[in-house]
Amino acid sequence: MAKTWQEINERIASGAAVVFTAEEFAVLAAEEGVSAAAKKVDVVTTGTFGPMCSSGVVLNFGHSDPPIRMTELTLNDVPAYGGLAAVDTYLGVTETSRVRGIEYGGAHVIEDLLRGRAVRLRAASPGTDCYPRTEIDTWVTLEELNQAYFFNPRNAYQNYAVAVNTSDRVLHTYLGTLLPRLGNATYCSAGALSPLLNDPTYRTLGVGSRIFVAGAPGYVAWEGTQHNPHGDRDAHGVPVRPAGTLAVIADLKQASPEYFSAATFTGYGVSSFVGIGVPIPVLDDDIAATLALTDADITATIYDYSVQRRSRPSLGTASYADLRSGTIEIDGRKVPTGPISSLPKARAIATELKRWITDGRFALAEPVQLLPQVGSPGTRPLEIRTGEAI
Amino acid sequence: MARKRLDLTFPPRQSLKPIIYHLVKDYDLVPNILRAQIHPAQEGRMVLEVTGTREDYAAGVAFLEEQGLTVNEAASDIVLDDAQCVDCGLCSAVCKPGALTLDPVTQTLRFDKDKCVYCEACVIACPRRAITLRF
Repeated sequence: MAKTWQEINERIASGAAVVFTAEEFAVLAAEEGVSAAAKKVDVVTTGTFGPMCSSGVVLNFGHSDPPIRMTELTLNDVPAYGGLAAVDTYLGVTETSRVRGIEYGGAHVIEDLLRGRAVRLRAASPGTDCYPRTEIDTWVTLEELNQAYFFNPRNAYQNYAVAVNTSDRVLHTYLGTLLPRLGNATYCSAGALSPLLNDPTYRTLGVGSRIFVAGAPGYVAWEGTQHNPHGDRDAHGVPVRPAGTLAVIADLKQASPEYFSAATFTGYGVSSFVGIGVPIPVLDDDIAATLALTDADITATIYDYSVQRRSRPSLGTASYADLRSGTIEIDGRKVPTGPISSLPKARAIATELKRWITDGRFALAEPVQLLPQVGSPGTRPLEIRTGEAI
Repeated sequence: MARKRLDLTFPPRQSLKPIIYHLVKDYDLVPNILRAQIHPAQEGRMVLEVTGTREDYAAGVAFLEEQGLTVNEAASDIVLDDAQCVDCGLCSAVCKPGALTLDPVTQTLRFDKDKCVYCEACVIACPRRAITLRF
C-alpha cells in the first residue's frame, strides 16, 4: 500500500504519525516483515555525526559608523573570506588560526559562537568614498549578528572509505592516525543509520528537503560537491564506496553545540563534526526494503592510504557489522578497527528528529528537484596542463 | 615510599647495558616497564614506574643520570574530559593496550585506566583534544 507525502504530512499535523528511527525500523521489519513495517510506519529518521570538512557559515556583521568595506578580516585570528559585500563573510571550518595553527580554526570560532562566547573581529580595508573606515577591532556575538547561517557545500557522504596503512611509518590523515603495517583500520559512517544509505537512489531526498542540521531545522540546498551516484553498488543498490553528498543550509542561531563540534586532526588540520538528520517517508515497500537494512547488509571498501595518489588500491570490503565488532580481517590478518563518526551522537540525532516530527513541529518537504541520479555526468578529475594545451 | 613514573632517554652507547638490573640490585627499586623502544647503537626510550623508598629513588635517579640517561618525570595521570568527548571512537583505534574501547552495544567510550601505558597515542589522536596528561 503506497502512501503519499500529503497523507504523511496530514498525519504529522494531526499528531497521528508513526515515526521510527532507522535502527528501530530494521528491528520491526525483521520481526513483522518489510510490508507490515511499511504499513505501520510513516516516517523513518536517520542521523550521522562525523567530520565534514566542507562546512562553514555565512555571516553579516552590520555596519559600523563610519562604515567599512572589509576586505581582509579575521575572527579570533582565523581568516575569513573578504570577497563578498562590505560586511558579509564566509568562514570555512578548515581555516586555521594565524596564531595557534591547527589547534584553533574556523570550526572552533563557530563552536565558540554557538556556545554564546564573544569573538574578536578585526578587519582592514583600503577605504573608499562610501566606506571610509580602514580598520576595525571589535567583538561580536552570535545573537547580535544580522544573519548567521550554515552553508555546507558537502555533508552526509553516502558511505565512506575504510582506511589502512601498509607502509612502515605512522600516517596522520583526515581518517585519523593510521598505524604502520596494517596496525589499525578506521572508518567513518553511521552505517545503517546514515541518511543517504537509507535512500540509496535519492528517491525522497533532493533540493528543498527539510532536514536536521546541527540541531536546527534546515534544508538540502543542492547536490553536494563531488556528488557521484555512479560507482559500484551492492545487490540492494547501496553504494560500496563514497557516493552521493548533500549541500545543506540552516540557521546557525537555531543550531546547538551538542550537534556541532570543532575538531583538530594532528598532522592534517581543522575540521568539524556536523550532525545531520534526514527524515525519510515510508512511501512504499521499495523504500522500506532499504530502510530495513542493517549494518550486516552494508559494506565499505578498504583503501591503502600509504599510496599517496588520487586512486588508492583497494584491499577488499568489510561490512559495518564487522567494523563495529572491533576487528576485521585483511589478507587473513586480524586488524583492530576504530570509528570516526560517532554512533551515540547519530542515535541522538535520529531520536531528536523523531521527537520533532511526533510533536508535530517538523513537517516533511517533498524535494522540488531531485539530486543527480545514476546516469548523470560523473565526477571529473583535475588534469594538470599548461595554457598552451587548452 | 615513593612511586614515580619516569621517562628515560638512552644515549646510543648505553642501549645495551643492563641498567634496569642495577636499579633493582643496587638501589632496591621495583621497576614496572610501561613501554620501551631500545635498539642496539640507537637512541632508546623507556617509560617505567618505579617504587621504593625516597632515598633509594633519589639515589637510583642519580645513578641513571650518571650513566648518561636523560631522566624526566613522566605524566602522573591521564584525564578524559567527558564534556569535550563526542564518542567518535578515534582514540580506540590507536590504543594498543585496550584501555580505550567502545561499549559493544552503546558504542560510547570506556576508559580503563589500569590498562593505560601512557604512550600518549590517544592524546594526539583525539580530534576534540579531550584527553590530557597531568604532571
